[in-house]
Amino acid sequence: MPAVHVADLTKRYRVPVRESGLRASLASLVRRRYRDVVAVDRISFDVAAGEMVGFLGPNGAGKTTTLKILSGLLHPDGGTAEVLGHTPSQRSREFLGRITLVMGNRNQLAWDLPAMDSFNLHRSIYRLDTAAFQGTRDELIDLLDLGGLVDKPVRNLSLGERMKMELASALLHRPSVLFLDEPTIGLDVTAQRKLREFVADYNRRQGATVLLTSHYMADVVALCRRVIVIHHGRLLYDGGLTGLSERFASHKTITITLATPAESLHRYGTVIAQEPLKATFEVARTETSALASRLLGDFEVLDLTIEDPPIEEVIERVFAHPAEEPEPEPEPV
Amino acid sequence: MTDMVRFYLGWGRLAILEQLQYRVANYFYMIGMIAEPVIYLVVWRTVAEARGGVVGGFAADELAAYYVVWTLVRNMNIVLTPHAWEDRIRSGELAVDLLRPVHPLHRDLAYFAGWKVVAILMWLPIAAVLTWVFRPALDPTVTQIALFAVALWGGFLIRFFALWTLGLITFWTTRVQALFEMYFTAELLLSGRLVPLSLMPDWVQTVAGLLPFKWAFQFPIETLIGRLGTGEILRGIGMQALWTVIGLGATAVVWRRSLRRFTAVGG
Repeated sequence: MPAVHVADLTKRYRVPVRESGLRASLASLVRRRYRDVVAVDRISFDVAAGEMVGFLGPNGAGKTTTLKILSGLLHPDGGTAEVLGHTPSQRSREFLGRITLVMGNRNQLAWDLPAMDSFNLHRSIYRLDTAAFQGTRDELIDLLDLGGLVDKPVRNLSLGERMKMELASALLHRPSVLFLDEPTIGLDVTAQRKLREFVADYNRRQGATVLLTSHYMADVVALCRRVIVIHHGRLLYDGGLTGLSERFASHKTITITLATPAESLHRYGTVIAQEPLKATFEVARTETSALASRLLGDFEVLDLTIEDPPIEEVIERVFAHPAEEPEPEPEPV
Repeated sequence: MTDMVRFYLGWGRLAILEQLQYRVANYFYMIGMIAEPVIYLVVWRTVAEARGGVVGGFAADELAAYYVVWTLVRNMNIVLTPHAWEDRIRSGELAVDLLRPVHPLHRDLAYFAGWKVVAILMWLPIAAVLTWVFRPALDPTVTQIALFAVALWGGFLIRFFALWTLGLITFWTTRVQALFEMYFTAELLLSGRLVPLSLMPDWVQTVAGLLPFKWAFQFPIETLIGRLGTGEILRGIGMQALWTVIGLGATAVVWRRSLRRFTAVGG
C-alpha cells in the first residue's frame, strides 16, 4: 500500500469578482458575483513508503493546496486522497499523530519562550511516552546541533536557527509522513544544506515518506530522485529528475576542450560559451551524437562532455511554455 | 483522561511562563483596567452619600466591596476576544492548531485558565491598595469564599464559550465588528459591570436574569460580598452550569460548520 495515494484530486476555490468603482460597489451589495478557480485539477499519483518526492511548480500551481489537502487542512472537491490508509479530511487523531506539515513561513513555537518549553508541551499534545519523547528530543537536538539554542527565547534566534527548531518540533512525535512546504525559504546556503542533510538522514533512519516543495532546486536535487511537476493545478510530469530533462529539454550541451585554438566553430552549431581552448555548444537532443562525432573527427579534442541543461533551466522552460502541457486524458464514457 | 489532564497542565504551564514574560505589559494593562471600576465607584459613592448613604440597596462601603471584587472578576473574565479569529486565520495559526490531534478549544481553555494564575497573583497587591483606599465592607465566610471560587470559574467558562462561538462568525465574514460591539454593549449594561443591576429598572433586572451576562459577572461578585444566601448561590451556580452547557453545545455545533467552511475555502 502506498503511503500517499492521490487519484483525480480536484480542488476549486470560489472567489468573489468585483469591478472597481462606485457603481460596481453598489451592485455587489445586491448581487455578488463569483467565479470558480481550479487550484488542483484531477491530479493522480502514489508515493511509496520511505520515498522522497519533490513537488515542483511555479507560484499558484497548486502545490500548497495539495499538501494542505493531504494534511487534512482542506477538503477536496473531487477525487481521492489517502495518507497511510487514512482519509486526511476526516482528521482522525491517529492520522494527525503520524504526519507533519512544515511550512517555511509559519511558526508553531511560542515566540517569547525558549523552544524547550514548546518541545515539552509537544509531549502532552501528542500524548507521548515520557522516556521515548525525551530520547527523540535529545536526538533531534543533537542531530540538528541545537544544544546551545534550546534555552534561548525563540525570538532571539536567527531565521536558520528558528527553522531548525521548527523542524525539530515538527518531528518530536516521529511522524511517518513529512509534508515540507518551502522548508528552506529565506535561509542562507549553509543553513539550507544542513537542513537538507538532516531531512535525508531522518528519511534514512525512520523510513519516513517525504513530499517536498521548494523553489530551490538544490533542495530537490539533493533529496529527491523523483519529481512531480504541476502547473495551473494539472500534473505535467511524474518521474525521475533525469527524465524531466528528456521530457522537457529539447537540447543538450556539448563542451569540448581542444589541444590547439580553433576558429570558425560557429559553423558547427550554436556556441553559447567560448574560450581560446574551450567551447560549449547548444545542440538539439536528436543531433547530439552526430555533432560530437564531427567535432571529434575535425579537431584534436582533449576532452568532450555531453550534458543536459541545468535542472533550473529545464523547470523554467516547463513553466514558461504551458503549451507543452500534455493533453488531458479523455473522460471515461 | 490522564492525557487530557497532562495536556491542560502543559498548556497552563506555558501560559504562565508566557504571561510572566509579559508581566510589565500585564501590569500596565491591569492598572489601566482598574481605572474603570474606580470611576464607577467614586460616582456611585457620591450618589449614595447624596441620598443619605445608600443607593440601590448598597451602602458606600458595600459599593466599595462590589467594585473591588469587580476587579478580580473582570480579570477572570478575560478570554479569547472574537477579534482574534481573523488574525488567527490569516496568520496560519489556526492551520497549525488543526494539524494537532487535539481540538483547538482545549488549547484556548487551558491557556486562558493558566493565564488566570498570573492574573490572580498580580491582582493581589492591587486589591490590597484598593482595600486600603476605599475600605470595602468585605467579610466573607469560608463557605462564601469556596462558593465564590466555583462561581468565578463558572463565570470564566460562560464567557469563554460565548465569545469563542461569537468569534467563529469570522469564518463566514470578517465584517463582524458591529456585531461584536453590539454584544459587548449588551454585556456592559446587563452583566452588572457598569452598575450593580439593582440600580437598574425591574424589567432590566428580569431580562438580565434570563441572559448569560449576569451569571458571568455580577453573580460571582455577589457570592463574595455577602448579598446572597447559600440557597441563592447554589441556584446561581446551577444557572452558570446551564449557560456553560448551552455555550458548549453552541460551540460544538458552530465549530463543526466553521471547520467545514475552513476546509472548503482555506485560510
